[in-house]
Amino acid sequence: MLRDLKASVIAGVIFTVVLGLAIPALFTGFAQVAFNSQANGSLIKENGVVVGSRLAAQAFTKPQYFHERPSATSPAYNAAATTFSNLGPTNPALTKAVQQNITAVLKLEGPYNSGLTVHGIPVDAVTTSGSGIDPEISEAYAQLQAHRVAAVRHLPLTTVQQLISENTEGRSLGFFGEAGVNVLELNLALDKLGGNS
Amino acid sequence: MGQGIAQIAVYAIVLVLLAYPLGQYMARVYTKPRFGWRWLGAIERLFYRAVGTDPEQEQDWKSYAKTVLVFSVFFFLVVYGIQRLQAHLFLNPNHYPGVPAHLALNTAASFITNTNWQYYGGESTMSYLTQMTALAVQQFVSAGVGMAVLAAVIRGIARRSSGTLGNFWVDLYRSLVYIFLPLSLILAVVLLSQGDPQTFGATVNAHTLEGAVQQIARGPVALMLAIKQLGTNGGGFYNSNSAVPFENPNGLTNFLEVIAILLIPAGQVFMFGKMVLAKRHAAMVLASMLVLFVVGVSIAFPAEQHGSQVLRASGVNITHSSLQSGGNMNDKEVRFGIANTALWATATTDASNGSVDGGHDAFTAFGGMVPLVNIFFGEVVFGGVGTGLYGMFFYIVIAVFIAGLMVGRTPEWLGKKIEAREIKYAAVGALFVPTMVLTLTAISIATKLGMASIFNPAAHGFTETLYAYTSQSNNNGSAFAGFGLTNFSADFGAVAMLLGRFTPMLAALALGGALGKKKITPASAGTFRTDGPTFVILLVGVILLTAGLMIFPALTLGPIVEGLTH
Repeated sequence: MLRDLKASVIAGVIFTVVLGLAIPALFTGFAQVAFNSQANGSLIKENGVVVGSRLAAQAFTKPQYFHERPSATSPAYNAAATTFSNLGPTNPALTKAVQQNITAVLKLEGPYNSGLTVHGIPVDAVTTSGSGIDPEISEAYAQLQAHRVAAVRHLPLTTVQQLISENTEGRSLGFFGEAGVNVLELNLALDKLGGNS
Repeated sequence: MGQGIAQIAVYAIVLVLLAYPLGQYMARVYTKPRFGWRWLGAIERLFYRAVGTDPEQEQDWKSYAKTVLVFSVFFFLVVYGIQRLQAHLFLNPNHYPGVPAHLALNTAASFITNTNWQYYGGESTMSYLTQMTALAVQQFVSAGVGMAVLAAVIRGIARRSSGTLGNFWVDLYRSLVYIFLPLSLILAVVLLSQGDPQTFGATVNAHTLEGAVQQIARGPVALMLAIKQLGTNGGGFYNSNSAVPFENPNGLTNFLEVIAILLIPAGQVFMFGKMVLAKRHAAMVLASMLVLFVVGVSIAFPAEQHGSQVLRASGVNITHSSLQSGGNMNDKEVRFGIANTALWATATTDASNGSVDGGHDAFTAFGGMVPLVNIFFGEVVFGGVGTGLYGMFFYIVIAVFIAGLMVGRTPEWLGKKIEAREIKYAAVGALFVPTMVLTLTAISIATKLGMASIFNPAAHGFTETLYAYTSQSNNNGSAFAGFGLTNFSADFGAVAMLLGRFTPMLAALALGGALGKKKITPASAGTFRTDGPTFVILLVGVILLTAGLMIFPALTLGPIVEGLTH
């Protein structure tokens, strides 16, 4: 018993120092040198100011921007307190949230997409993501928003659609996962193009 | 759906192809007196000298169990202490206060038992020091303990007339240094290259395009992620776990992370086959696991693709097309879609991993029932590192016992006669945890204190409770995450995790000890063959009839009633 305890204390110190401090410190040093951008959070800088991360959704409310998926974090798109909505599949609160999102999308996109009904809204536009900071939207949702963004920015629709396809990340190695459009990168590309209303 | 099915099929094939060589390698790790290059051996001997053990000196099952328990209790205190004191320690750039007592207790139990249940949001609660030295160290060490115990139990099965099972310190050291560490470093580099952060820098304030300020949490993520996946741990750096792009940036990382969940668990089946010289028997055990895996994912994937009642009724477009994955996208990420989230949910609960890449609470009734039932089976479909396979041993012993009764012979397993003592250990190992789950769920659901944790109304709220105690008792750690933290749920959960870890572990060591003392009797014409497809049917049948029947009444109150009434 006492022998085991003594051995446990010694092993505990060794494991904590080696696995908990030394190896993570060395690995962090390697990471900072070999993959500096990724290691620091894939941050995007404009004129030296951090405007966001390639890997985190941020709030877009203005009509000239593509909008993200709904977020359950508090405040929305809080990349320092991620969370699911945890609303079960039969929860009346889910019905309410989805209906509110549908109304908002119809109001925002309806004027630019003639004949838009609820059946034309892709499911990712009205559901929260798992992280609350899903940086991507489906291509379907991007296509829906393209009409509005093009009109507000007085750009040809084809130009906006071209930017969508340039900022679409396909399946990894053409096979794994699903394709999606990175909203922050797409909006940055739009701003670079000018045509800000 | 075709492409999704292809991704799942490729997953299963790659998993088995990688697990085979790993299994052969791991068998060498646990059987060779000297392993690896000379300088590695020198470091290894240095460790043994430091802890004061003679690596040649083996332990019987009781001594082995005692060392495991003392070691675990000691680390329980360490993990609790670091959390409580983190405000006064270094590597706390975001200045988080100490973790409250009940939460720290639950989390300490959670990490020393390889559960990784998270009642806290990692990026907003734990300092980097806590994440690294309290939590990630346990992700290595508790996984190593599981593997060590498995190695000991397998020796008991393989040996004849032997009183000892091995030396705990040797098995632990070798698990960590020759298995978990190298695999983790390889995976961590890939994850890092794809976007997992690895920095001691604090949370960043970004100035968004619309002029707001956004906080972005970072930290030493990549290395923790690797061991979190490989050690069937599951405790993420971030609250939303591998749904967060900083833990799991794209389809490739998702594939590798979900491979990492089952890699060692599948490899240990091949390792078992090599160590007991019964490769065909091990192949049948693996086949039984694959059957249950395929059944699980074949229910979860279509259920999620079909979408929830609320989404179907709303009229939005949930049809799969080339432009969207459709289906129940609530609490799921676009880059994973339905197929990969359903695959992950199945794999993470086949093993005792418990990491998630989408919210299980928002799964459809039948989609969410799959992970629940997988865990309730005791995570024996590949299973947790170490724990999964010795959990399967309990079912195997019961299966050969039942077969023995049917043919009227003394049951045998790999030449060892299965007698009253072994059956008792196997029954405790297989039935204690399911019984505890039902008891704890009943108490929680019958008391105000317990009900306070429920988030979703009606049958789904019952399922949340059932899932919480199934997950914690079986050391999984995934959650219907709406289930909330109270002092009661924290303490109750801690008890579930500790009893759920150490009761089956002691039963397994006792079983290994009892089998090790036995002689090997040559197989005769009357011996029930455990190396053919009949055995697969028998084993799957036994799992369904024991654990399956135990959970069925509870399922009717939760997912079944929810699924059928909507």
